[in-house]
Amino acid sequence: MKSGKFWSWVIFALGVIYFIGPLIATIQFSLSIRRDGYSLDAYRNVFVTPAFQQSFSFSLLIGVAAIVVGLLIVVPAAYFVRLRAPQLRPIIEFITLLPLIIPPIILVFGYIRLYSSTSFLPLTTTSFGTDVLLILAYVALALPYMYRAVDTGLRTIDVQTLTEAASIMGANTLTILMQVIFPNILVAVLSGAFLTLAIVIGEFTIASLLNVQVFGVYMQNVGANRAFEPAALAVISFIITWAAMGMIQLLARFAPRNAVRTD
Amino acid sequence: MSNNTGTLATNDATPALAGVASPKGPLSGIASIRWGDYLGVAPFLIFAILFLIVPTLFLIIGAFQAPDGSFTLQNIYDLGTPQILSSFWISIRVSAASAFLGSLLGLAIALAIIRGRLPQTIRSTVLTFSGVASNFAGIPLAFAFIATLGRLGIMTALFKFVGIDIYRAGFNILSFWGLTLTYCYFQIPLMILIIAPAIDGLKKEWNEAAATLGATNTQFWRYIGLPVLWPNLLGTLSLLFANAFGAIATAYALTGSSLNIVPILLYAQIRGDVLNNPGLGAALALGMIVITALANVLYLVIRTRAERWLK
Amino acid sequence: MADEFLRLENLVKAFGANTVVKGANLAFNRGEFISLLGPSGCGKTTILRMVAGFERPTSGNILVEGKDVTPLAPNQRKIGMVFQAYALFPNMNVEDNVAFGLKIAGMPIEQRRARVEEMLKLIGLAGFGKRFPFEMSGGQQQRVALARALAPKPSMLLLDEPLSALDAKIRVSLRQEIRSIQRELGITTIFVTHDQEEALSISDRIVVMNAGNVEQFGTPFEIYNRPATRFAATFVGTLNTLDAKVLDTTAKTVSVDGQVFTLSKLPGGAINNAALSLTMRPEAVSLGKPNGQDVVLEGKVSEVHFLGSVIRLKINLGANSLSLDTFNDQRTPPPALNEMVKVSLSSSDILILD
Repeated sequence: MKSGKFWSWVIFALGVIYFIGPLIATIQFSLSIRRDGYSLDAYRNVFVTPAFQQSFSFSLLIGVAAIVVGLLIVVPAAYFVRLRAPQLRPIIEFITLLPLIIPPIILVFGYIRLYSSTSFLPLTTTSFGTDVLLILAYVALALPYMYRAVDTGLRTIDVQTLTEAASIMGANTLTILMQVIFPNILVAVLSGAFLTLAIVIGEFTIASLLNVQVFGVYMQNVGANRAFEPAALAVISFIITWAAMGMIQLLARFAPRNAVRTD
Repeated sequence: MSNNTGTLATNDATPALAGVASPKGPLSGIASIRWGDYLGVAPFLIFAILFLIVPTLFLIIGAFQAPDGSFTLQNIYDLGTPQILSSFWISIRVSAASAFLGSLLGLAIALAIIRGRLPQTIRSTVLTFSGVASNFAGIPLAFAFIATLGRLGIMTALFKFVGIDIYRAGFNILSFWGLTLTYCYFQIPLMILIIAPAIDGLKKEWNEAAATLGATNTQFWRYIGLPVLWPNLLGTLSLLFANAFGAIATAYALTGSSLNIVPILLYAQIRGDVLNNPGLGAALALGMIVITALANVLYLVIRTRAERWLK
Repeated sequence: MADEFLRLENLVKAFGANTVVKGANLAFNRGEFISLLGPSGCGKTTILRMVAGFERPTSGNILVEGKDVTPLAPNQRKIGMVFQAYALFPNMNVEDNVAFGLKIAGMPIEQRRARVEEMLKLIGLAGFGKRFPFEMSGGQQQRVALARALAPKPSMLLLDEPLSALDAKIRVSLRQEIRSIQRELGITTIFVTHDQEEALSISDRIVVMNAGNVEQFGTPFEIYNRPATRFAATFVGTLNTLDAKVLDTTAKTVSVDGQVFTLSKLPGGAINNAALSLTMRPEAVSLGKPNGQDVVLEGKVSEVHFLGSVIRLKINLGANSLSLDTFNDQRTPPPALNEMVKVSLSSSDILILD
């Protein structure tokens, strides 16, 4: 149908304008700090600011911590559910749905109330405690994606046979997890890690309510006070998110193909 | 010697017992798990309990607690003030508007790239882009739209160049429609991602069968295509609604407190009890949870029913 | 004179550099059940789809009752089509599926209901009207698909490997059902399949295809007993092949593993000592002394398969072996392995193919 094809192109073109337009506009805006032509001054201003450097590196640190904690929680759980406790699967899958249903602002509000100075685990009273709470909140946010990535990775490598082979040779569970399973799901793990990073880097709501100076909070501050620097920060943010997502796509190409025996 | 026999006996008995004794039921399987299996899943469960389930429950319970800890419905009643009700109403309107727009435009784009006879590369590019863009809410998005359609924005300038002053005409990015337009940036991709598999599921043979039975393309969509997609569309509409309702960072950076959606109100309340009523925060949270949970459950229910249909 | 219904004239279809149908010239009569038989990729489905209107021929014409339908869209051709994957509309129950063509044609609701009931009775699923596709088995769905295709009284019925997705037992019973419904309605039918047993058992005529070419077009009897090409001979049924050497073109004698016999005719260009390929069906060969047959060969039994009513033997003549089927005889046990036996056949049953 000729007319069908025409309208498809029109819709696609409009889509491109709507989605690419703001990206181009932001880049252009970020380069327009000088009246007399394009320059990278806005970026320079941002990069030299100690607040930027501190908040950005801190966000990275938090991100790495969230990835590590997330893996420590998810990998054993996914492994055991797949291998020995499949009846727990519905519960686990339900839990992985929760972060998608509970809005982050609700989550952090719950933390603030529950882990305040009068609770059994007064995390909000110390700066370190608050940082821990932040990391755990990010682990919660990334949980659905992390779990799905690891679970898919385990399914692909036929975990059952690997475990049996390793245990016959005398390995205990911990060794199996660390030396046999983990290296083989590295691609899946990295996918989950990059996604966690993308989530953490730009996050604002939780950090702001917990009063932690992360990159997202810094960005909001700049936005309230400056005109062109926010655009530069937005571009930096895009690049990081796209790079992270791009890595995940790339990793998907290196993912191991299905093992001979499938579930 | 006797030890060995003893161990053998226990090893043999346990599987038999597990097979015979456990009654049918959702928790019956748990009785036969060895405690070692629990160890692996324990961190996950402990984390979920401490940092997902309990905080939420705590809030929900807190909504029904008076300052002295006794049970009360006062907080819920207090939600009835005009300011809070209008806040919920604005949230519902913004969420509904961005959900409808997102669904409609997302459907149009998805149909265009999958069934519109466009090159295959366009389809995969759009899907990859949607994967990234659907996560792309928050502060940077707000900045991007300000840079595009703000008073000094590039597109605003472009419009002025061709003679149209959109701000004179009443448009403002820092407004209800500005926020809705910005929300669409992640709503549309989310719709595309979810509806694409469903559109793929519209088998080519259905088109062909309908054609041999005399139907035009329009008739196909009217009697078969849209009805088959309909549950998915409704369900995703619900999901998009929930998605928008719970979002705050974008609104915070864009319209701030000039557009008092519920999350913004809650944020202010958490920060500094602007409502002068500590119990109200939890009640607000309860309201949010109820609405987003309902919308999400609706989505899941519709999804499962639709899948059964299409087996 | 038979009443010609469908004619394909010089039908060619190419996808880019790949020519899938290389010039088909076929004429089918009204009410005939035609099978398009061949391996995957031979072009049979492409021809069907061109008749349906889903593919435009690269060149050539399709004439229905003398009129050229090639420019018509599929929804203008008044055909019924049944697909391999059933293709029932999942959002409609059986009744609505079957009534769909009638609804599009604008038939009033009372008439539709009556017609649907009639069709459901025809396929043996009366009372299934309110069921949905996902609640039915594959065989049931395919029957509903058939009813749906036939409800608007199309002029032609096209079936694209309709039985391939079904279990073996259902395949056999359903193909019989399709054939008897077709006979009852008298509708011209084209049936695409790769299963030669299917084609042989239910067709009036078969088009054997290979790599885009029509190898042979004839009745099942003709195709099986007088295959025109080697492909037709090997694809349909099993075939014995013997490597022979021409001894004397005048006497028409040949030698197979040292055993000499006379053929009824030799191919035109045959010369002495040329190699020749002789073929014959297993049932043309019989065990033991000739019963009016003019060729007798001797060989060693190399395989015995007792299949119950049929005994399948393999006889080794030297470099060549012969496969033969013989009926079980309750009084005579089958020959033992390595026993030397005589086999007989008629020279007129020998096919010489290139």
